[in-house]
Amino acid sequence: MGTISQNDALFEYLIRLADDHFILGHRLSELCGHAPMLEEDLALSNIALDMIGQARVLYQYAGEVEGKGRDEDGLAFLRKEHEYHNLMLVERPNADFAHTIVRQLFFSLYAETLWQALAVSNDHRLAQIAAKAHKESIYHVRHAAEWLIRLGDGTAESAARAKNAVVTMAPHIGEMFECDEYTTLLSEAGIIVDPSELEAAWRESINPIFAEAAIDVALLDVVPLTGARQGEHTEAMGHILAELQYIQRTYPGCQW
Amino acid sequence: MNKPELPQEKIATTPLWEVFIRTRNGLAHKHAGSIHAADAELALQSARDVYTRRGEGNSIWVVSSSSIIASDPQEHEEFFDPADDKIYRHPTFYDIPDEVGHM
Repeated sequence: MGTISQNDALFEYLIRLADDHFILGHRLSELCGHAPMLEEDLALSNIALDMIGQARVLYQYAGEVEGKGRDEDGLAFLRKEHEYHNLMLVERPNADFAHTIVRQLFFSLYAETLWQALAVSNDHRLAQIAAKAHKESIYHVRHAAEWLIRLGDGTAESAARAKNAVVTMAPHIGEMFECDEYTTLLSEAGIIVDPSELEAAWRESINPIFAEAAIDVALLDVVPLTGARQGEHTEAMGHILAELQYIQRTYPGCQW
Repeated sequence: MNKPELPQEKIATTPLWEVFIRTRNGLAHKHAGSIHAADAELALQSARDVYTRRGEGNSIWVVSSSSIIASDPQEHEEFFDPADDKIYRHPTFYDIPDEVGHM
């Protein structure tokens, strides 16, 4: 790989972060009208809206950094599958409620730690985005953690489902903390924090939650899947994009 | 889509909570509605998610509905009717000096 400019690296980083929030926000939005109870329907839709709002400002900024005239819709809806660099974690299907909650806890704990670090970024725009998103992410963690404690420490059925969901999501932990030449360049410039530095805090936060939920933290120690930040996906991604992109592909430039 | 039917006793185990929201500092908490939740912490979170999505408040109380002692509609007559003819309890028999202005 040739030399990458700081601008290229920042664009790539913003896209990764925006894609994470966009895809997970979409996944949660699928539950609108389908959550187990009305209260949870609203709670998950609220979180979905927070995440899509975060994706939106990140895409806007990414478009400006790129400087090729692509706006938030262009970036969100008109790229090909391998051009999305989100975590594979956020693509995982909602499956049962335990899967939804474990996926959210894993991601929101990561996001909460990340936003807190980015709030003091040298890049003022990114710092502003992070400060607002951090407040939202604190509640997302609280919501998911309280539910996981009740599922894990609930009935035999809910405990089995919680454990099953943890096993499904565990291979996607490592990808959150992967570093490459883009993240190294940006962390050396003080724009981002090196992703690997977030892992200790993430594990420290999840330990007491798992302890209360009576779930063995050893379940998290599995060989991580990799490749997400280079555009690799699970089979779920194509289906997500088919639904997400349909309107913009069918009626280009459509607005409401 | 067919959903498996929950047995009646499982539906009954999610308690009801009353939600009170304070819209601004200095005002009283007002009843906003009710929600179902398994326990107090989830009730508080659900109240936040259901009733404060549009900036409706800055403080929430949730109270287990079973903790509320309500007056009995059957006892309406002896409870409330005696107040109907005590017009002297309304402060309408005083002359208010003009200087006081609007009270």
